[in-house]
Amino acid sequence: MGFLDIRNVTKSYGQLEVLHRVDISVEEGEFLVLVGPSGCGKSTLLGMIAGLEGISSGEIAIRDRVVNGVHPSKRNIAMVFQSYALYPNMTVGQNITFGLEMHGVPKAERDKALAEVAKLLQIDHLIDRKPGQLSGGQRQRVAMGRALVRDPDVFLFDEPLSNLDAKLRVDMRTEIKKLHAKLKRTIVYVTHDQIEAMTLSTRIAVMNKGYIQQLGTPKEIYDSPANVFVATFMGSPAMNVVPARIVVREDRPYAEVVLGDGAKSLLAFSQPGLASYDGHDILLGIRPEAITDPEGADRKSQNIVSLKNRVIVTEPAGSDTFVTMSLGGKDVIARMRADVDIAGGDDFEFAVNMEKAVAFDPKTEERIRP
Amino acid sequence: MSAVSQDTAVRTGRVTRIFIYLVLLLFALFYLLPLYVMGINSLKPLPEITGGNMMALPKTWTLDAWRSAWSTAQIGVSPTGLKPYFLNSILMVVPAVAISTIVGALNGYVLTKWRFRGDTIVFGLMLFSCFIPFQIVLIPMALVLGKLGLAGSVPGLVLVHVVYGIGFTTLYYRNYYATFPTELVKAAQIDGAGFFQIFWRILLPVSGPITVVSVIWQFTNIWNDFLFGVSFGGTSQPMTAALNNLVQSSTGVKEYNVHFAGAIIAALPTLLVYVVAGRYFVRGLMAGSVKG
Ligand SMILES: Nc1ncnc2c1ncn2[C@@H]1O[C@H](COP(=O)(O)OP(=O)(O)OP(=O)(O)O)[C@@H](O)[C@H]1O
Ligand SMILES: [Mg+2]
Repeated sequence: MGFLDIRNVTKSYGQLEVLHRVDISVEEGEFLVLVGPSGCGKSTLLGMIAGLEGISSGEIAIRDRVVNGVHPSKRNIAMVFQSYALYPNMTVGQNITFGLEMHGVPKAERDKALAEVAKLLQIDHLIDRKPGQLSGGQRQRVAMGRALVRDPDVFLFDEPLSNLDAKLRVDMRTEIKKLHAKLKRTIVYVTHDQIEAMTLSTRIAVMNKGYIQQLGTPKEIYDSPANVFVATFMGSPAMNVVPARIVVREDRPYAEVVLGDGAKSLLAFSQPGLASYDGHDILLGIRPEAITDPEGADRKSQNIVSLKNRVIVTEPAGSDTFVTMSLGGKDVIARMRADVDIAGGDDFEFAVNMEKAVAFDPKTEERIRP
Repeated sequence: MSAVSQDTAVRTGRVTRIFIYLVLLLFALFYLLPLYVMGINSLKPLPEITGGNMMALPKTWTLDAWRSAWSTAQIGVSPTGLKPYFLNSILMVVPAVAISTIVGALNGYVLTKWRFRGDTIVFGLMLFSCFIPFQIVLIPMALVLGKLGLAGSVPGLVLVHVVYGIGFTTLYYRNYYATFPTELVKAAQIDGAGFFQIFWRILLPVSGPITVVSVIWQFTNIWNDFLFGVSFGGTSQPMTAALNNLVQSSTGVKEYNVHFAGAIIAALPTLLVYVVAGRYFVRGLMAGSVKG
């Protein structure tokens, strides 16, 4: 039994079910990120944990106490909203201590808690300002201060960084990570930014259309996606997913792919079990960084396959150069060293790290796990 | 939008500007003329008005007409002046404005932040009440007041105006609170604030501008109302009804100077509300726009 248990929870608005049988158990101190495209039900799930949304079926338990029907203020949770939701008429200090005041904490204790939190978040000098007189980053800190001061069992974050500009977002991301490392509190964090999900979480729940697509550590999600949706949603640029066919030569499975000029090439799989799918059409998934030039190939990999193909276009992006080619009739992006020497139109010898390749069923789009 | 208006502001030449100001000035004079006439004539002795020029300044300045209008003029059958009726109006307008504004604010709060099944229908019906003409409700209202034992009393008038005003005040507050972020209410709920605490501590402090609008609207409407006043006022008639009695009295000479003074006294409170609250109104709007 976990610290926060979401058991078979569904949510319906009238006839419309927007969340289907969600089952997640979160351990104490975990940083769970709910990630998925807009409208997939992340905020709804978070709202149900908070008690702001009713639970249509199933149950949610915090510290083994079922909280269905318990008022938000009695669940011992704190929430940071996307818009920060700071009370505009109150000062920063009043904003942070409002929850304590409502819970009947005496003034002296409130002031002490405020001082601690303000110091932790380095907003001591802003205590007497109104939210309207703060920058976006400062408001963000105040919103976090309001959550921290309550010392709750579970922190809930709903896209807390999405209103910040790119640079500040990266800074605050690091700061949240540090805060979690320091305080070791249980956090459920909603975002639609897969980089945020990867960098912050101890576990990720990838959601789509009201379903949990996959629940796992960032590494599991990235290296071993459960289906095409997870594979393409996580990672930037997205994983290349191209039509291919499994052929078996001397008991070894290969992916047969069509090159840019219509010729066919064989890429040896690392999973021998795929041999039982001889002749099956599949979707072959290869991450951009698994396709390189021969010198840039991963030295630890046991299965680098070379592939001659026509380069369509190259895009130098500073730290990397993205090279586009055609496989199976689709554009495939390779991520190479910045100073790699190729240009569009070249015939080039690509090195494909097939250890990292995955196969999906083209109909169900589920991973084929032999 | 702003780019366009800036453009025109730059391009407007001197001649056009002078022309605009002249036109505005003309309109201002036109609107001020009646007030001027009332003002100066209320300060003249009667013979100066009947025998002279309405536009001329008084030869002898006197406050007699004002004194008479306030405390001795014949209203109906008794020579009480407007004073008791003025008090009636105050006793009516203050609670009526306060109650209708508070109820409107609560309605707006519930209709936007505590949505319930059928809330749009409720709001629709309340909106509908804004379009019901006074005349239609006179007889049913008289019946209800009679049943409640409030006929011909100040509390009766308060009730009538509250009922009539709630539609408008609800509309104002609902539209204002609709733009107020619901996340704030959710945050306050998590913080442990209850229904009235959220209203009192979170919403009301930022409701200044709309409260001023609501108060100005309700005050002017209720103060200036004549129909409900004469219909339901009974022995506690408001200012408007008394002023009518004063001016329309068929006995004796027409004391125009007293009439003018009475009319100004009747208009003063609304003027005062505009002057005092109008400033806050603008200030509230400015605060919002600067914060962005
Ligand atoms: N009150 C409601 N009535 C009906 N459907 C709703 C209601 N609230 C949300 N939904 C639907 O539930 C689904 C999930 O909404 P939710 O707000 O949880 O999405 P989200 O994953 O947080 O998206 P975003 O990233 O855009 O915030 C959406 O399809 C939405 O249309
Ligand atoms: Mg959301």
